[in-house]
Amino acid sequence: MNRFTGFLKKEFLHIFRDLRTMMILFLIPVLLVLIFGFVIKNEIKDAKIAILDLSRDNASKSISSRLSASEDIIVTEYLSSYSQIEEQFQKNLVKAIVIFENNFAENLVRENKANVQIILDASDPNTASLLNSYVSVIINNFISEKFSLNKTIPLEIEPRMWFNEEQSSSYMYVPGTMALILMVITALMSSVSIVREKEMGTMEILLISPLKPYQIVLGKLAPYAVLSVINAVSIILVGYFIFNIPILGSWFTLILVNFIFITMALSLGLLISTLTNRQETAMFISVFVLLLPTMLLSGFIFPLENMPNFLQYLSYIVPAKYYLNAIKSIMLKGQGILYSWKEISVLIGMTILLIGLSIKKFKIRLE
Amino acid sequence: MYEIEIHNLCKNFGKTPALDNLNLVVKKNEFYGLIGPDGAGKTTLMRIITSLLLPDSGYLKVAGLDPGKDYRELRLKLGYMPGKFALYQDLSIEENLTFFATVFGTTVKENYNLIKSIYSQIEPFKNRRAGKLSGGMKQKLALSCALVHKPEILILDEPTTGVDAVSRREFWEMLNEIKSHGITIVVSTPYLEEAALCDNIALMNKGKIISSGSPEEISSTFPEDLFIVETKYIPQTLKVLRQFPNLINVNSFGHSLHLVLKKNTVQTKEIVDFIENKGISNIKVKKGKPEIEDSFIYFSSSNL
Repeated sequence: MNRFTGFLKKEFLHIFRDLRTMMILFLIPVLLVLIFGFVIKNEIKDAKIAILDLSRDNASKSISSRLSASEDIIVTEYLSSYSQIEEQFQKNLVKAIVIFENNFAENLVRENKANVQIILDASDPNTASLLNSYVSVIINNFISEKFSLNKTIPLEIEPRMWFNEEQSSSYMYVPGTMALILMVITALMSSVSIVREKEMGTMEILLISPLKPYQIVLGKLAPYAVLSVINAVSIILVGYFIFNIPILGSWFTLILVNFIFITMALSLGLLISTLTNRQETAMFISVFVLLLPTMLLSGFIFPLENMPNFLQYLSYIVPAKYYLNAIKSIMLKGQGILYSWKEISVLIGMTILLIGLSIKKFKIRLE
Repeated sequence: MYEIEIHNLCKNFGKTPALDNLNLVVKKNEFYGLIGPDGAGKTTLMRIITSLLLPDSGYLKVAGLDPGKDYRELRLKLGYMPGKFALYQDLSIEENLTFFATVFGTTVKENYNLIKSIYSQIEPFKNRRAGKLSGGMKQKLALSCALVHKPEILILDEPTTGVDAVSRREFWEMLNEIKSHGITIVVSTPYLEEAALCDNIALMNKGKIISSGSPEEISSTFPEDLFIVETKYIPQTLKVLRQFPNLINVNSFGHSLHLVLKKNTVQTKEIVDFIENKGISNIKVKKGKPEIEDSFIYFSSSNL
């Protein structure tokens, strides 16, 4: 066995023997994707509403049946009087109540105008406004079909959400989770594993061994690179098969961009490991310098456009931002690698800078 | 030709001097001890010898090489066991040993005869993780790992600290066996009684070598008279002797007291009378040969 493979073997033994490491590597990524994919949602699914139909004519009944036919809405109850409204909301039975006025159809025909009221539970404002637009669309569609009321409106606005027609939030969360997980595994785990050698005193022996510094560094980083690529691929597969995220671009390009991002994160981990001799410090730096910006400033959860200027400028140094832009254009828009050349060059530039800094800071001695 | 040669070596950490104008020579196949308390500079000196630290100034040659420039070549010739048994706790005994052998470009088989006497004691447990071993077993494993590539110079930083008395004695026997293979050994220890087991020693305190030579030489260079006072009442007698006129120092050594006085100024009879006058009877006083500890106490206080 040669020196380097012996070293690699030892690194894999460290990883496979430590339950905590194994969980972080293989359990948490899948859990995170599933949590973000299923639990945190911007879209409406199975929203409960009630209907108070004071008119009970053909028009109001047709609209009601359209509402209950919608995949995203469940009509749980038909109310008979205004007095029941309060109770429905208080007991959290429904998110919205649709009210048709008396003589709804008659008014529509005669006066070209009829009133529908939507009362929403706005204690969750996001759901309320989404539900509002869902219900409005269904009602308007019905009326314009049956009564052709848009004579007065010269043009009809028909928005279409391209690249994500259903406005599915997993399109956003799965790439975001990938950025997060790759960052954690590669940067945090690799920096901690190098710092552990320093803390245990084994780094002293490695340094006086004939292993060259680049062999020590490569041996430390390579296992995490391999495992991250495996993780990236498995997250993409989960997204593809469970959340039906399309992969319109080429798989090769997608993996290439992931590989560039992983290399960048590894060199970041290497740099962190040269800054400290304590595992806790390495972890602290990784969490605050890498995790939080990756979550908050990459456009993963909060849109960057709505942030104050200061934070927008700060986002330019967050690698995950470029990575997300690149993989989204590959996965969702089917673009080739040339389309994301800016993002990719920024990532490569960052990698070179970080490796340069680490080489300058890596010590062949103890101080 | 010396295996390790050090002249006027200085090393500061910030403004604190860690090593102050150090001079030291170690001959080939010698068993050399660096003796001194925590903070004496032993670890710093060993790290400079192993090329892990660079000195601020001074002349330094190890195995004929300059640790500053030729560190690559030098590191191949060194076996080093750092202070706290640097082993991989999650790897087994066998995996640790194989790893260090591989990294140094050799196999366990190749140099098995060198480590046999040590490794055979822990080999029955070779599948046990290093983290689950006792202090004595960790020590044996760490020593095997440091030896597995047949180094010319073996450097051991406090190998017996934190190990029980029986294992410590065994360990020194092992070192003598290693020496018989022609290996030069430099060992540091805070236990003064271990000094007598080395060929040559350097007593270190606060970054300085306060005395060096063979243990006998150090004893014979003791410049004052040493009296051993035997009594049942150690604390009381110690208190009395602290008031002895022109006292250099007095210390308790287990069941006796060691009293240091200016050479040829006082007779044993005078000491007996002095103590008995203070109301303590049944005491024995005789002139004694200084131990390493006496030398250490004497030289470290006279060097301040």
